[in-house]
Amino acid sequence: MLNGELFLDENFFKEPKQEALRMGFGQGLLEAGKKDARVVAACADLTGSTKMDLFRDEFPDRFFEVGITEQHMAAFASGLAAMGKIPFVSSYAMFSPGRNWEQIRTTVCYNDVPVKIVGSHAGISVGPDGGTHQAIEDIALMRILPRMIVLAPMDSVEAKKATLEAAKIDAPVYIRLARENTPVISTEKTPFKIGELYEIWRSESPKLTIFATGTSVYQALRAAKELDDNGVGTIVVSVPSIKPLDKESVLMYAHETEKVLTVENHQAAGGFGSAIAEVLVEEKPVPMKIMGVKDKFGQSGKPEELLEYYELDAPAIVRASEELIKR
Amino acid sequence: MLSDKEIKDLQKQALQIRIDVLEMLVEAGSGHTAGSLGMADIFTLLYFHTLRHNPKDPFWPERDRLILSNGHVAPVLYAAMARAGYMPVSELKELRKFGSRLQGHPHREFLPGVETSSGPLGEGLSQALGMALADRLDNGHNSSRFFFCLMGDGEINEGNVWEAALHAGKEKPHNLIAIIDRNDIQIDGYTHEVMPLEPLADKWEAFGWHVQTVNGHDFVELESAIEEAKVINNKPSMIIALTVPGKGVQEFERNPFWHGRPPKEEDLKRAIEELKKHYEKELID
Repeated sequence: MLNGELFLDENFFKEPKQEALRMGFGQGLLEAGKKDARVVAACADLTGSTKMDLFRDEFPDRFFEVGITEQHMAAFASGLAAMGKIPFVSSYAMFSPGRNWEQIRTTVCYNDVPVKIVGSHAGISVGPDGGTHQAIEDIALMRILPRMIVLAPMDSVEAKKATLEAAKIDAPVYIRLARENTPVISTEKTPFKIGELYEIWRSESPKLTIFATGTSVYQALRAAKELDDNGVGTIVVSVPSIKPLDKESVLMYAHETEKVLTVENHQAAGGFGSAIAEVLVEEKPVPMKIMGVKDKFGQSGKPEELLEYYELDAPAIVRASEELIKR
Repeated sequence: MLSDKEIKDLQKQALQIRIDVLEMLVEAGSGHTAGSLGMADIFTLLYFHTLRHNPKDPFWPERDRLILSNGHVAPVLYAAMARAGYMPVSELKELRKFGSRLQGHPHREFLPGVETSSGPLGEGLSQALGMALADRLDNGHNSSRFFFCLMGDGEINEGNVWEAALHAGKEKPHNLIAIIDRNDIQIDGYTHEVMPLEPLADKWEAFGWHVQTVNGHDFVELESAIEEAKVINNKPSMIIALTVPGKGVQEFERNPFWHGRPPKEEDLKRAIEELKKHYEKELID
């Protein structure tokens, strides 16, 4: 059952509203800009695609079009932050943080300035643009940086909240967004805090916890419902805050179900599943499976075709869950 | 204009800073000799004449900002800062040691007065531009606070520098003044062999910068170039400072070998004597 305490959209399974996460980011940034005059933004020639145009149109003086200069953009934002600004910089995740990782490491994290890196078009579900544009390494790249907060919201409503929270916290933040329309699971009332995770689904007598992040939460929910219909009980935990990670809660679920599955639209190595595994292996090793792209690059196709091919859609999660429960 | 007395005082200060640099490097046992000696006059002018700053209050909000991009010349930065009063001179011997505020490459959080952490090359100009534009956003096109970015010439091999150069050319900040230490060496050899940069002034001009080329050891030329840069209000300013790497000690001069090595302990005394003689001559002239 959907968790009634989280004010999730009750029509979700019937007719979900669809919206791209970047829309929520654009709205969140605009709102953050209205709330705090220190909020400024820079974009590397993708202002419409990342939905930073909403902010640009309202605050043209506080927006910097830097052209296709991702390395410069990160270090430039560090300079803005050094003077008291709260800069958001956006591009496709493949280029920021893909292209400019060292600038982010040195001028943002090592320097400890509150720059917010917003990587849009993450995951293989970018689709037809193909493997060059599908960032499936960004969670790994960002979570290994000391001080960096890593957020992967599950839908556009949560992306808006993540953006507003990122603006408030005096720290570097990475926000991972997706290009494609994504079913909206949450509502304005659904809680969101950096460092928290949320149990969004619980069957009776669950035998497995499915931790999912970003747009994979939707696939995990669909899988949980199907499993439930087949009499297989699971818990689905949405983890928008990959770092800091609520380790206590992760352990609590591992103790309860004794089996753990993770799902992410990202390489299986080094990403979200690895972050969960790092907690479990030290404190509570349990049978576990990490679902992600298995050491391959993406390719062109429709998002749903790619999710099926790389085994990251709901049917793949159902299969993996059944296999893991049997193990 | 600098008075004769000011020039003499700056020369004396630069000599002291060069001696500090040599002693620090020998004590540390590693570090970058050539660039640190070569930039000593530039640092001296900035810390003892140009910068509006307060060593007793390093976070004074109204201060000018010195953004060091080629962080490997940290020894000369630290020596200038210590002589200016940011820290006790005795602390200079802590360079590169465990627990020291004087990290091998400067870290903003370790030492108040260091504006940014640097070392990985090519990133300072972007940060300086960010600071300059943030200041312009807050205080308008006539703000009187200046942002000085010091860079090496080898480091402008980095693409990031030219991204920043493009963006600065677009934004035309009146308050950004960059100084390139044009010493023609980098680790693998002479810059004209490793990766030719000339015509360097033309390149920056083509990117929309106001460019001046000066002798980086001549306080009068350096000072007047900075004053000119301050009044150029429709372009970012670049000062290409021609310097001699290892300046003041013949063995180290113009030799890429000394880019990233410290002097040997047994050579220290002789090098300091030579520096003193060199500058006594200059002071008399």
